[in-house]
Amino acid sequence: MTRPRILEVRTKILKANDELARGMRREFERLGLLVVNMVSSPGTGKTAFLKQTLSRLAARGEACAAVVGDLETDNDARRLAESGVPVRQINTHGLCHLEADMVAKHLEGWDLAGLRYLFIENVGNLVCPTSWDLGESVRLALLSVTEGEDKPLKYPGLFNTADVAALTKLDLAQACEFDRDLARANIDAVRPGMRVFETSAKTGAGLDEWLGYLAERRAGITVG
Amino acid sequence: MHELSIAIRVIELADQHLRAAGGGRVAAVRLRVGRLASAAPAALRSALVLAAQGTAFEAAAVEIAEVPVRIWCPACERERDLPGLVPLACPVCGTRSGDLRAGDELELESLELVTEGEAEA
Repeated sequence: MTRPRILEVRTKILKANDELARGMRREFERLGLLVVNMVSSPGTGKTAFLKQTLSRLAARGEACAAVVGDLETDNDARRLAESGVPVRQINTHGLCHLEADMVAKHLEGWDLAGLRYLFIENVGNLVCPTSWDLGESVRLALLSVTEGEDKPLKYPGLFNTADVAALTKLDLAQACEFDRDLARANIDAVRPGMRVFETSAKTGAGLDEWLGYLAERRAGITVG
Repeated sequence: MHELSIAIRVIELADQHLRAAGGGRVAAVRLRVGRLASAAPAALRSALVLAAQGTAFEAAAVEIAEVPVRIWCPACERERDLPGLVPLACPVCGTRSGDLRAGDELELESLELVTEGEAEA
C-alpha cells in the first residue's frame, strides 16, 4: 500500500542567494565599503545618474567603482568608464535580473579594501530584481519624471524593498507635467517614510544631497 | 520572467530535502508566495512544469498559497492584513506603516511524498 507523508521544508526558496549575499554584505561592511544596488525600469536614467555620482565622488577623492548589469552590450560600462573610475560590465545574456553569485564573480580580482563605494546598476526591470539580495547595504529605486507618477503603485513589490528613492530627470518635469507631490505620495504609500531625492543628472540638482546621504550611510557601517 | 529562476531554485531545494529524507515519489510541492514578492503564481506554476522536467518532481502537483500583506499598525498596536497591496496603511485606522510582517515571502513550505508504506500495525 502507499500512503502520503508530508515533508515539512519551510525554507526560503532563494536561501542560497540570501546566504551568499549576507556573507558578501558582512565582508563589504567590514571593509568599510558601502554597496548600493540601483533598481529601476529601463530608461529611467540609472546610468546617467550613476555617471554623475561616480564623477562627483571621484572629484572628492572618494575611491569608488561600479558593476553594471545588462542583457547584452557593454555600452553602459563604456559610458560609466568616462567618469574615470573602474567599471565592469555583467552581461546576463537574457536573464532579467542580477543574482549575488554574478556580482561576486565579477568582483574577483578587485581590491575592494581600497574602495569606499561600490555601485551595482541592476538590469532595468521593475519586477524581477525584487527578491535577489546582492549583498548591498542600500537599495536605491529610481523613478524618472517621464514614466508617470503611478509607477510605485504599479510595481509595489520592488519599491517596497528599497531603502531610498530618487526621482530622476527633474529637468524635464515641467514638459512632462510631472506632479512630484503625487509621485512622493505614491512612493510613501508603498514604502512609508522612505527618503526621496529629487535629482537631475543633467543639471546636477539633488546630487549633493544624495552624496551626503551616501556619506552618512557609509559612516554608519564604518566601525571606529 | 524571473519565475523560471525561482522555479529552478525550488526544484534544487526540494531535491536536497527529498534526498535527505531518503527519496520517494513526490505527489505535491507546496509553496507560500507573498503578494508583495513580485512573483506571479500563474507564471511560477508554468515555470515549475518546465523546471521539473526529468526530475522526481515531474508528476507532482504544485500548490501555491498566496500570502496577504500584513503590517504592524503602531496606532492599533496589532498586526493587520491588507485587502490589497497598497497603500501600506492600517485598513482600520488608516495609519501608514512600513513595518511589514508578512507578504514578501517566497518559501518552499512542504513536499507531499508517497512512500511505499509499511504494513499497518
